[in-house]
Amino acid sequence: MANSPTLSGPSGAKPRPFITPQRFVVYSVLIVCAVFFLFPLYIMIITSLKNIQEIQGGNIFVPTMSPTLDAWEKAWNSACTGLYCEGIKVGLWNSIKITVPSTIVSIAVASVTGYSLANWPFKFSEVFFAVLLLANFIPYIVMLYPLVIITSKMGIYSTLPAVILVHTIFGLPVQTLLFRNYFASLPQELFKAARVDGAGYWGIFFQIFVPMATPIFTVSIILQVTGIWNDFLFGVIFAGPTNYPMTVQLNNIVNSATGGKAYNVDMAATILTGLVPLTIYFVSGKYFVRGIAAGAVKG
Amino acid sequence: MATSVSVQNLTLKFGSAEVLKNLNLDVEEGEFIVLLGPSGCGKSTLLNCLAGLLELSEGQIHIKGKNVTWAEPSERGIGMVFQSYALYPQMTVRGNMSFGLKIAGMPKDQIEQRVQRASEILQIGPLLDRKPGALSGGQRQRVAIGRALVREVDVFLFDEPLSNLDAKLRSELRVELKRLHNRLKNTMIYVTHDQIEALTLADRIAIMRGGIIQQLDEPHTIYNRPANLFVAGFIGSPAMNFIKGATTNGGRIFQSGEINLDLSQYEGGAVMDRSKAIIGLRPEHITIVDAAIPGQTIPAVVEIDEPMGADSLVWLLVDGRQMSVRVPFEHRPKAGTPVHLKVDIAKSSLFDETNELRI
Repeated sequence: MANSPTLSGPSGAKPRPFITPQRFVVYSVLIVCAVFFLFPLYIMIITSLKNIQEIQGGNIFVPTMSPTLDAWEKAWNSACTGLYCEGIKVGLWNSIKITVPSTIVSIAVASVTGYSLANWPFKFSEVFFAVLLLANFIPYIVMLYPLVIITSKMGIYSTLPAVILVHTIFGLPVQTLLFRNYFASLPQELFKAARVDGAGYWGIFFQIFVPMATPIFTVSIILQVTGIWNDFLFGVIFAGPTNYPMTVQLNNIVNSATGGKAYNVDMAATILTGLVPLTIYFVSGKYFVRGIAAGAVKG
Repeated sequence: MATSVSVQNLTLKFGSAEVLKNLNLDVEEGEFIVLLGPSGCGKSTLLNCLAGLLELSEGQIHIKGKNVTWAEPSERGIGMVFQSYALYPQMTVRGNMSFGLKIAGMPKDQIEQRVQRASEILQIGPLLDRKPGALSGGQRQRVAIGRALVREVDVFLFDEPLSNLDAKLRSELRVELKRLHNRLKNTMIYVTHDQIEALTLADRIAIMRGGIIQQLDEPHTIYNRPANLFVAGFIGSPAMNFIKGATTNGGRIFQSGEINLDLSQYEGGAVMDRSKAIIGLRPEHITIVDAAIPGQTIPAVVEIDEPMGADSLVWLLVDGRQMSVRVPFEHRPKAGTPVHLKVDIAKSSLFDETNELRI
């Protein structure tokens, strides 16, 4: 028919070339970045699998012909950290003893503080919040010496409670900010409805707000666990030699000079130390991004 | 009838700004009061004060004869419904409705009884085990009303409960709310900016502006005898026509340029001679006639017409200014025709321009 639309010519999805110049640029940059960040990891892994002769004689980039887990075993069980030669496993347990309570205490305090700041404004609460944020920008090196004195006056210097206290204090500004912003982004009417229903300060917090705050708790836990796990300075200053976390033990292994440098053991110990934060990022990356976005909605 | 809610000399300040100014309001038991006004007039703020969610700066609030000025929201005998529904997302409908009762420590079987009764009234029985996320907007608002209902309180507070719904659902729920009020006979205080909701639901409407109640009256009175120029302009859609002029001959004539209207039929106070007066004419109180009648008509030229189904809204030019008239669709005049507008003076409103009050 003359006036009906014809079906010849283009129809359906528009064909696209497999690779366009824009795509080429994007992929090149991504590949270069990936190689840049993965290459050190590659070297660490292959080095940790070599024996010491192979390291001293061979090329650092070439994979080993006869891989062995000896270095890993040594790093875990018998590497020397100064006076003791019990490997990095002591540090793992210490790190857990520091990280778990520090994370729980700091998040517990920060979530309640953030909730108060967002929903129960008190006189000068805005000023209080501003001061808290400002404290974020003061280099914490400045506060180390006073904190040493404070904790020793309290009689807890060089103990587990001291390092937990310090981690909690330094975690508070960022954590409080996260929780305050998240709770402020929840509808105000929800809070009002709960008050009309007769729920009080703790009732609203535990029964209404905490169940709604899973994303922000996830982010907080990830930030705190990785941050505290990776910490070196507070551990070495406040924990005391018997409680040194893994990072400090690792440093001691790498720096104890007994004969030649055992690069394979150092590398294995390093990977073992980094394994916890690495696993957390792999497992929770999705939730992490989601939670960060959720907390960032409202300022 | 006994007074249910009484607000006395209520003032609320945020910093130096007075949001509510020395406000007084008495609500009878079982009355449906609508607080109506433009955004920022303080109507929601007043409701929040009644609920105890905002602390007032001065004055008192009594509910059922009890001074609740300092009482917690849950101690006031009120239930509240919010615009955004404000349902607890992690709880089921049943959980939402029973939350307040659980906190109050009510025995389980009694809670269940109340939830059943409320869900029957609102016809949400099949939804009881669902989460709010799985409900439509209309269902959510019903649950929110149910949450207020189970508390079996004296006073219901509604904060723009229908504003988040689409037009069709809104008119359905509006009728349902009226039915609910007829059945329960509770005192209801309802905030809205929608004048249709106000006119259809209210026993009395309180029109608010700038933290002050401008007029508190039955809908019919508000519509036909607005107390001042603001109320006259705010209520009615399309809006009232205003003509500025003066009253002469001892208040018997309204005069504005070529226009002379006989005021002997005016139903209001003593008109007297006023150099600055405004006459307000609702579009449905004007008829289009062919010939001039001295003292009763205004000459005009038809500009455009807006057909609205049964009626047509005709826009005309009078002395270079626009006026609107509602006419039956079949009788709408052609654009450009010179016509005469016959005014029903008995239904008109006269205002003194200096104080903007109705004469």
